[in-house]
Amino acid sequence: MTSVLLVAEIDDQGAISQTTLQAVTAANGLTSAEITAVVAGEATEPVTSLAVGKIVTISAIDDADIGVYDQATTDIAALVSSTKPDIVVFGKSDFGSIVGARLAFRSDSAFASDCIEISNADGTVKITRPVYGGSALAEFEISSTPAIVTLRAGAYEPDGETGSPAVEAFASNERASRTVSVTDTVSEARDGVRLEDANFVVSGGRGLGGPEPFSVLADLAQALDGAVGASRAACDAGWIDHSHQVGLTGKSVSPDVYIAIGISGASQHMAGCSSSRAIVAINKDADSNIFKEARFGVVGDWEKVLPSFLATVRELKA
Amino acid sequence: MTVRIVVLAKQVPDPETPPSQFKIDESTNSVIPANGVPPVVNGFDLNAVEAALRLRDSGADVEITVLSVGSDFVMDAMKKPLAMGADRLVLVDDAGLDKLDASATVKVLAAVIEKDGPFDLILGGRQASDWDQGHVALGLAEVLGLPLVSLVQKLEMDGASVSLQRVIPDGYQMITAPVPSILTITNELGEPRYPNLRGIMQASRKKPEILSLGDIGLTSDDLAPRLELKRLYVPESNRQVELIKGEDEADSGKKLALRLREEKLI
Repeated sequence: MTSVLLVAEIDDQGAISQTTLQAVTAANGLTSAEITAVVAGEATEPVTSLAVGKIVTISAIDDADIGVYDQATTDIAALVSSTKPDIVVFGKSDFGSIVGARLAFRSDSAFASDCIEISNADGTVKITRPVYGGSALAEFEISSTPAIVTLRAGAYEPDGETGSPAVEAFASNERASRTVSVTDTVSEARDGVRLEDANFVVSGGRGLGGPEPFSVLADLAQALDGAVGASRAACDAGWIDHSHQVGLTGKSVSPDVYIAIGISGASQHMAGCSSSRAIVAINKDADSNIFKEARFGVVGDWEKVLPSFLATVRELKA
Repeated sequence: MTVRIVVLAKQVPDPETPPSQFKIDESTNSVIPANGVPPVVNGFDLNAVEAALRLRDSGADVEITVLSVGSDFVMDAMKKPLAMGADRLVLVDDAGLDKLDASATVKVLAAVIEKDGPFDLILGGRQASDWDQGHVALGLAEVLGLPLVSLVQKLEMDGASVSLQRVIPDGYQMITAPVPSILTITNELGEPRYPNLRGIMQASRKKPEILSLGDIGLTSDDLAPRLELKRLYVPESNRQVELIKGEDEADSGKKLALRLREEKLI
């Protein structure tokens, strides 16, 4: 029977990360056996009610290891070599991307990142992942064990199931060599709701023509209690900070409504927002790709469309 | 002391290829090169070249080697890092090397680096725009046993170590890494410089150093994939956009908001 190890992540609020809850759904679909979840640090609620058969705890990740994950990789690699799972599942995150890749090379195994689908038929693990910036999909068969994967945010839905797993501690007794040190963390100020958590995202792209229009987008975001996003083109042009970038190499968002203004809808951008419930496009080019992805659209000049849209939104919200 | 830097670079189809020209040959599971759109060096790898050049600009004595693995190299594309200011271009050019998975690519790169090294810094782009992965530099760190820092947006030499800024979701980390280390560079570093005429002239005179698999002691048997590509295809889009048309653009904006309310989206 296929054994599956799920690597759980706790977010900065102490909750289980959304990508982990999604990964539980995927992991439970891969085997009829109960799965094991590994978590760094102590297992307290809500970890102890995860819908898994067993929780294994490893040492907490200390601040100097965040972003490098030398010790976390060492601990998880030791657990993998002692328990020999067939499949190791991570949610896609900074942590999953780094530890998953390092683990795969340390165990001379396969790593498939950012998968949107994973299946297991009689021990043959298949995954699907977007490639070429989302222009194409690739299906792979994984031909080495363990199969190590990260799952794209939003690819699976949390199923709301809970469990009462047994909890045990695992100590690797191996200290990673600490040659890289994190000396400080600089947080950049943010107004309002976090982009990844927002129910409404108002994003601007190259079509805005400069930095000033982002203040209008911010007004709309505020009216909707949402957050401002941007395409990579707008960030690289310096119109808005890179922390607002949505897309393959920026943030992945899945709001109820994603409003794309002056964004052409290149696949690299859509990779970060395609799991939104509804995409709304305002663009003056009727042929632009964004209208192939959007549910609602207005073909027109954002400078004329947006003020009346914002005013009507304000009336409706009043 | 000269700081020896190797920048890992990959030739990829131009990601700016218009979607209408992006086509896949499903019988070979490969992208059909778009007419008149030549391949390019992966954009993030050019960010890594730029990072190396900025170390030189800041006064460090650096030697920059660009290293790539593939086949059917287009020299005009691959020489761009030389035109920007890199010193050497080393290409491992053999049949089938453009189809390697990350684990096989790492084996080839590790063999070249062991032969051509030691290097003080190994820089790569955060990911490649063809397979969208970014595993190679991370794997190389594991295989060579070197320290690794990903997503670097700024770097400075600081004696025998490097001071780094690493991008995180809401800011950055300050990190000190020893030399040698492997770093992946992200686009937050800033746009790669455009080659100037002098750079282009110099690059045109430089000859790439071309290696075969045999030159680095490997055969294709060493490069079996861990991931087997079974199918590559362009997904069908079945979404139908509902275009909102008012009497004029302002009216369209108003009607759009009302339509979203009707759908209970706002």
